[in-house]
Amino acid sequence: MTIPLNWFLVLAAGLFCIGLFGVLSRRNAIGILMGIELMLNAVNINLVAFWRYLDPANLTGQVFAIFVFAVAAAEVAVGLALVIAIYRNRDTVVVEEIDLLKQ
Amino acid sequence: MLLPALVFAFVSLVTLGAAIAVVTNKNILHSAYYLILTFVGVAAVYVMLQAPFIAVVQVLVYVGAIAILIIFAIMLTRRLMSKEMEQHNAQWVPSVVGALALFVVLAWIVYTAGWPVQEGTPPLDPISQLGQDLLTTYLVPFEIASVLLLAALVGAILIGHEKGMRREE
Amino acid sequence: MIQEFFFNITWLIPVFPFLAFVIILIFTQDNPKLSHSLSIGAIALSWLIGWGVVFSAIATPHLGEHPISKTVGWFETGAMTFNIGYWIDPLMAVALFMVPFVCLMIFIYSVGYMGYGTEEQDPNYSRFFAYIALFATGMLGLVISENLLTLFMSWEIMGLCSYLLIGFWFQKNYPDPNQITPRQAGLKAFLVTKVGDLFLMLGIIYLYSQAGSLSYADTLFNQEFLVRLAETPALPIFGGWSAASAIAALFFGGAVGKSAQFPLHVWLPDAMEGPTPVSALIHAATMVSAGVFLVARIFPLLNVVVELEHHNPTMGLIAFIGAFTAIFSSIIAVAQDDIKGVLAFSTVSQLGYMIAALGIGAYVAATFHLITHAFFKALLFMGSGSVIIGCHHEQDMMEMGGLRKKMPKTFWTFLAGGLALSGFPLITAGFWSKDEILAHAWEEFMHYGTASWPFFVWLLLTIAAFLTAFYTARQISLTFLGKPRGHHAEHAHETPNTMTIPLILLAFFAVTLGWLGIPEEISGYGNNFWHHFVGHEFPSTPLSLPVMLLSSGLALGGLGLGWLVYGRKPLVQGQMDPLEKSMKSIRLGWLYKAMENRFYFDELYRATFINGAVKLADVFYNFDYHWVVDPIVNLVARIARGISDFFSKFDEKIIDGLVNLTGLSGVKLSDLGGITDLKVVDGIVNGIADLTAWIGDNVLRPIQTGKLQNYLLILLISMLAIIGIYLVY
Repeated sequence: MTIPLNWFLVLAAGLFCIGLFGVLSRRNAIGILMGIELMLNAVNINLVAFWRYLDPANLTGQVFAIFVFAVAAAEVAVGLALVIAIYRNRDTVVVEEIDLLKQ
Repeated sequence: MLLPALVFAFVSLVTLGAAIAVVTNKNILHSAYYLILTFVGVAAVYVMLQAPFIAVVQVLVYVGAIAILIIFAIMLTRRLMSKEMEQHNAQWVPSVVGALALFVVLAWIVYTAGWPVQEGTPPLDPISQLGQDLLTTYLVPFEIASVLLLAALVGAILIGHEKGMRREE
Repeated sequence: MIQEFFFNITWLIPVFPFLAFVIILIFTQDNPKLSHSLSIGAIALSWLIGWGVVFSAIATPHLGEHPISKTVGWFETGAMTFNIGYWIDPLMAVALFMVPFVCLMIFIYSVGYMGYGTEEQDPNYSRFFAYIALFATGMLGLVISENLLTLFMSWEIMGLCSYLLIGFWFQKNYPDPNQITPRQAGLKAFLVTKVGDLFLMLGIIYLYSQAGSLSYADTLFNQEFLVRLAETPALPIFGGWSAASAIAALFFGGAVGKSAQFPLHVWLPDAMEGPTPVSALIHAATMVSAGVFLVARIFPLLNVVVELEHHNPTMGLIAFIGAFTAIFSSIIAVAQDDIKGVLAFSTVSQLGYMIAALGIGAYVAATFHLITHAFFKALLFMGSGSVIIGCHHEQDMMEMGGLRKKMPKTFWTFLAGGLALSGFPLITAGFWSKDEILAHAWEEFMHYGTASWPFFVWLLLTIAAFLTAFYTARQISLTFLGKPRGHHAEHAHETPNTMTIPLILLAFFAVTLGWLGIPEEISGYGNNFWHHFVGHEFPSTPLSLPVMLLSSGLALGGLGLGWLVYGRKPLVQGQMDPLEKSMKSIRLGWLYKAMENRFYFDELYRATFINGAVKLADVFYNFDYHWVVDPIVNLVARIARGISDFFSKFDEKIIDGLVNLTGLSGVKLSDLGGITDLKVVDGIVNGIADLTAWIGDNVLRPIQTGKLQNYLLILLISMLAIIGIYLVY
């Protein structure tokens, strides 16, 4: 029997939530970025799963997933550059200490 | 049925487990390693979804580029982190709760929504099809994506550029 | 024709002096030279035009029957239109011959008299010239006037000017309170002549009521009208007189005032307080002549009654007053020591001659004497002014003497004038004119007998003629002959040419003018110019040799006696007047004193009229202030005040009480409101503000941690909540 769509979706949801947890609770900025990558991966799984089960003849799903890859890559590059810049400036990567928005 | 299910269970277990390890490990480098494992797991999922090209791209981009980039960053900011103790901030409890709540919600949505599942087979030569789609139907997004990459490239260089100042060690 | 030209511009004659008056007063008061130039220039123009008119008039045949007049409408009163214009007839012409010329002489003389260019220059030099210019306007206006209204206006202008000019040195005061000051003299002149003016005005009104018009053409030269007037009985107040006589009497009243006849003569001697040119101008030549001129103007009114009834009571009145004045004032003149005082009374006396002449119907003689007298009296006054200036303002003849050597030009001209005044035979104008009057009187009284006005007139005038010659000789002897008696006379000097040249010119006329009136029989021309021109409708007075001899005798006798008493052995300093001495020695010292004091007329008037008027004014004052009017007014005021006090108390206590109560309750209410506002309202407001602040501080601020992950968590939770709500509902 083929695996039902729902299993993949649930897997993606679980991966997403784990990534969310990482974003919300990690103190290290790079840890947060890793959480974000997990979330993006979960999204990709969703996309591909939907492609396979809903309309496999049309490659739109895959195209979309490729774009997500591109975006994720760009975003990680810029994000890490930022982290490094902040590290140079403030001598820390702990996001709790970067609270200039505090009132 | 049994074999696909077993494989799926194994892959998902690895993926999710590695993910949890990413977000909970004290050592950031170890988190990075587990991240790579997660990425590989996701690639296996793509294979199961009969999207081999995506799986390869996943490994190339995520594992080959992004993970490496993360490890570079960790190395560059390592000096302070080695002494770091606590990896989780004060609000990790509400975060857990929230994440779990979200999971529940998402799962519920997944199981109550009626997905219009279609039987169908993926094309035999997805790569050329993909290439054609990218450069015809989805040309504009393709170009935009390339511009985005350029911008990110330039931005990253600019932001990461040392302004000629050397930190005294 | 040239006569037409002059007759068309006759109206300009009074205009030039008037313009000079206005311009000097407004613009040139600081510039003496410009002022006197304007004044003299104006009068010179008037003189030129005037003589142009005169000679044109002489060349116009039958001017007496057909006088020329031109008028323009001036204003309307509903009933009639009053005109302003001029009237050219022989009387006007002869007056116009004299007036501007004499004025011109006097104006030129004034330049020297008022001290132009010297350090004694009068500080009000320009004002003087403005005033005399205005005066000339008045006199010239009177002469050319075409109707009684403009005549009256000119009359009044001259009255004003005499006040202004007599009182010219109004700042002058004397230590002796009984001595009249220029200011008082000016007022006196004005007020006394005003009495006469009142009669004149009544006469004009009466005439208007009868005629409905005031122009000469309609009234005095309108034969039907005159006859009608003569036949109409006058108002009952006039007794049985005809309207013509009554009106004439009223007019004569004006003349009595203006020409200083008895009883209104009192102003003229005191008018000598004014500068001597003023005396010459006003009180010799022109203004006082205006009275005679007026009577001459209304002569038709007198004549018509005579023609109808052979007897005119007004003429009797006129004759009496004239003759009486003539002799009365000549008696006073004999005892005057002031050089101008003699001349003042002399003027009064000579005017009396003219008035008396008119009173006996001698129109031609009277007008003749009017004109000649103007010339030699102006000459005499100006001569006396010259003496006064030469003697540094010394006016008492007793302090003079010996001026013949020191002031020759003045002496010879004064002598010429004095001889004319005395009527020195044959060569002076005064002889011919005075003689004519006496001749006429003689003829009339021959006609009527001794119990008639002509006899009375003749007798008095004869005596007066003698006295005139006597006091003239006295004056000349005391002033010019012998040795100087006073300090000023010692250092006297001749006066400048501006003063002596006019004297010479006038002296010329004083001598020659008389030849115009030489009776026909003597001159051989077969034509007495004066009679022919001026009054040829009257029968000419035949030459009367007895009268002529009598006149000559009077003149020579008087002059001789005067010279005998004063001139043969001239007085020395401190010597009493011989006449005074002789009168005292025959117990007539009191009479001499009375003569000196002008027969106490001023004192009489003061005691009666003036004190009476003051007492009457006191009565009215008391009536108003103390007895009746003010007490009533004060009583009413007190009552009113009492009432208002009562109401004021009412207002204070009751009304103000209410008002204050209302105010207080208002204040209390507002206090309450204030407290409410403070405690309650402000409490609420402050509470809200505090709450907000507390929320901000304690609730919202902690949320702004600045930590990204916190924000994300909140985002997640909110999103879950929204999804939850969405799913449930």
